[in-house]
Amino acid sequence: MTVSVAASTPASALGTVRSGLGRMGTTGVVYLALVGIVAAGTAVAALNGQNLLATANLVDTLTRSSLLGFIAVGQTLVILCRSLDLSVGYVVALSSVVAATTMAGDPARIWLGVVAVLAVSALIGLVNGLVITKLRVNAFIATLGMGLVIKGYLDTLYQGPAGEVPVAFQVFGYTRVGVLPLSTAVLIVVAVLAIVFLRATRTGYHMYAVGGDAEVARMSGIRVDRPVITAHVLCSVAAGVAGLLIAARFGTGSSLVYGSGYELESIAAVVLGGTYLLGGRGGVAGTVAGVLILAVLDTLFNVVGVDPFFKDVLRGVIVITAVAIYARRGGGTAHPPRFSRGAHQRPPAPDAPPGTGAGPAAEHRPDTTRPARDPTATAKDHADPAGRGGRT
Amino acid sequence: MSAAGTAPDPPVLRMRGISKSFLGGRVLHGVDLDLHPGEVHALVGENGAGKSTLMKILAGVHRADGGTVELSGERVSFEHPVQAQRAGVSTVFQEFNLLPERSVAENVYLGREPRRGGRVDAHRMAADTDRLLDELGVSGISARTRVGSLSVAEQQIVEVAKALSHDARIISMDEPTSALAGHEVELLYALVGRLRERGVAVLYVSHRLTEVFDLCERITVLKDGERAGTVDADETTSAELIRMMVGRSISAFFPEPVEGTAPGPVRLEVADGGNEHLDGITLRARGGEIVGLAGLQGSGRTELAHALFGLRRFTRGEMWVDGRRVVLRSPHRAVRAGVALVTEDRKTEGLALNQSVLANGRLVLDAVMGVRAGERARRLPGLFSSLELVHRDSAQEVRYLSGGNQQKVVLAKWLATDPGVIVLDEPTRGIDVGAKRAVYTLVRRLAASGVAIILISSELTEVLGLADRTLVLHDGRIAGELPGGASEEAVMALATGHGHPTEVP
Repeated sequence: MTVSVAASTPASALGTVRSGLGRMGTTGVVYLALVGIVAAGTAVAALNGQNLLATANLVDTLTRSSLLGFIAVGQTLVILCRSLDLSVGYVVALSSVVAATTMAGDPARIWLGVVAVLAVSALIGLVNGLVITKLRVNAFIATLGMGLVIKGYLDTLYQGPAGEVPVAFQVFGYTRVGVLPLSTAVLIVVAVLAIVFLRATRTGYHMYAVGGDAEVARMSGIRVDRPVITAHVLCSVAAGVAGLLIAARFGTGSSLVYGSGYELESIAAVVLGGTYLLGGRGGVAGTVAGVLILAVLDTLFNVVGVDPFFKDVLRGVIVITAVAIYARRGGGTAHPPRFSRGAHQRPPAPDAPPGTGAGPAAEHRPDTTRPARDPTATAKDHADPAGRGGRT
Repeated sequence: MSAAGTAPDPPVLRMRGISKSFLGGRVLHGVDLDLHPGEVHALVGENGAGKSTLMKILAGVHRADGGTVELSGERVSFEHPVQAQRAGVSTVFQEFNLLPERSVAENVYLGREPRRGGRVDAHRMAADTDRLLDELGVSGISARTRVGSLSVAEQQIVEVAKALSHDARIISMDEPTSALAGHEVELLYALVGRLRERGVAVLYVSHRLTEVFDLCERITVLKDGERAGTVDADETTSAELIRMMVGRSISAFFPEPVEGTAPGPVRLEVADGGNEHLDGITLRARGGEIVGLAGLQGSGRTELAHALFGLRRFTRGEMWVDGRRVVLRSPHRAVRAGVALVTEDRKTEGLALNQSVLANGRLVLDAVMGVRAGERARRLPGLFSSLELVHRDSAQEVRYLSGGNQQKVVLAKWLATDPGVIVLDEPTRGIDVGAKRAVYTLVRRLAASGVAIILISSELTEVLGLADRTLVLHDGRIAGELPGGASEEAVMALATGHGHPTEVP
């Protein structure tokens, strides 16, 4: 997001690539990474005599991504507001149970089941949002607590599979058009709705504002609780949809899926997609790419037969690396270096006014070497629109 | 109150008898203020005189305990900044109310985004913003630019555009130039001119009297929460204003060196130091010496302070402290070598605001001195009293102290480590005139005790009034060195790159 990159200086090839990436924006970089990973993955699979792009593998990848996709899209909204939802995994499990037990194998009760799931999950999100905004409980704690409450409820009442999902609803889990599973199509619709919501509604704008700086939002007349509560409701509902998908796939309510670690995986997908964990920057499009990256890797590891434990190691490394890269790209106004780090530069001749003529100084002006990033700049760089120390 | 219209030129703002107390302490008492359309009105006074509080009452951040506020003759009472904005009163605070990750247009219309058919009309929002920027005579900022990529001056323009988008009749600006570089100040002057042409009344709060005389027609002076007077700028002088603000004359402002202060051995020496912001830095400071560092904003003053303190170390050249060659890779090493840095931004870099005075005093000791920390910490109460720190007790949280007293805590924190070299980066920023003098006296006393002092300040008078000699930076290089008592013009010539560097003696 570095804006001005003067193309005049004899920049190295690497520098050119970097400045190109700089202009692209984080979402573009995430999609570029996705393409790169698909390409590299295809090559690796080919070396093992496999085709990563075979229909079965594509279907596998997309199916894999839709479940996490719903959760991660919801999680994106919450994280944009500088909040967090650690209860989503439990909401998924509860939703699958609510769906299966409400439907109870009766095709006529499918809609009842869907409505019940959406209502229950919306209610959970509402409680999360209210506890965080009105009772001012830290989001981490509030949603962790909510997760434990749901876990306790499930563990007490449902030891194993519960209820039954009618075959008519299982199509949500298994139908596909070409390589595109129905669940992925629904995910795409949900993701597009979320993007439109963020880009074209006031509430969407205000989510960015509250996540960016709640005080600025408040001083601008925004009722700062509302976007946060809305985000939590939508996030829970998205998790509810994921629960419906689980129910459709398993044909029954599975209370134990809360152990799958969806909450953390969804957060990983969100930050992998370029959304800033502390809110105010990012978006749903990046999250979708983040989810796809994780799914492609999973499929690849399966195809190639990587040890499942090593698989997790790799995924962890990838997420951390990605976030480290985003952090270096940074958003703030980094102070451009004036001189190179290593090589010594001769000061201008003593009788020439420094830095006016064509001396070595002129080549090293900030305007000609605007960097993609400043390696030494930190978030608290003094070039930050600071001068903020002077208030009493 | 009588309706407007009886007076020939009705003021757009009339404040009468404004009073305000915080926790029993009286901050404002019976202050009157009138603003007329198209007038630029300065509000000056020491920090703590009540300028900020008066401004915040006008902005709807605080509510007055007593007195009345009228806008065009109509009595108003704001409970929230948004109410004030809707009534046409906007405030550009020192800390901008902007979202760096959002575009200019999104910031200008934050909280009241125009809608069409339920959807935010991003197109109209951008067009309206561009029109506002046009009217302000601003080029080079697009409505779609991300605010975080703008300079401080440009962000200020965005704030003003935001105010105008509210159809502001009154815009108050809090120390608007404090973060601007020299040429950016010109931009601000032009901006204020445009506002005046539009008939907007500008309340201009500033410490800098030059600006006040350049821009303002009338000046209201606050002293200790009361109005010391309102004068026409044409009919007064800065000496007169300072007298009204502090009741003492300017010549007594900078204390003389403590008797017996003599240059000792060289405590700090840098030969040809450089990194990505600096080049060819050669300097030497003796114990007892105060070496000033002047230069425009962005000339490398703060970068040099950071390099001396190991924050962004010199990657070229050599550095010695007390005759020992040092490579300061981190602040930790710098502290161990005997270098202290009093940072520019006291609140975020100098202090843990929600911790006690004592805990702050011990910060560096605990971090660097290890087992000897406890022993040294016993000297802190003594240091506090020798610095004349005004505090309830050493358990008081630092955030409740005034700016000047906070700065004393920062100094105590460093003095406890017995530094040989103290780098002071803008040591008097944002503290009032009285407290400034206390800091100056302290700097003199430190010099007398044999410490080498590097004094960085954007206030030239401060550098020239205190330093034994002054190095002027320009574009990351030392443009020249001037002896104590040099003229401001000489410094400016070097700082702007038009002077001839003098030989280092």
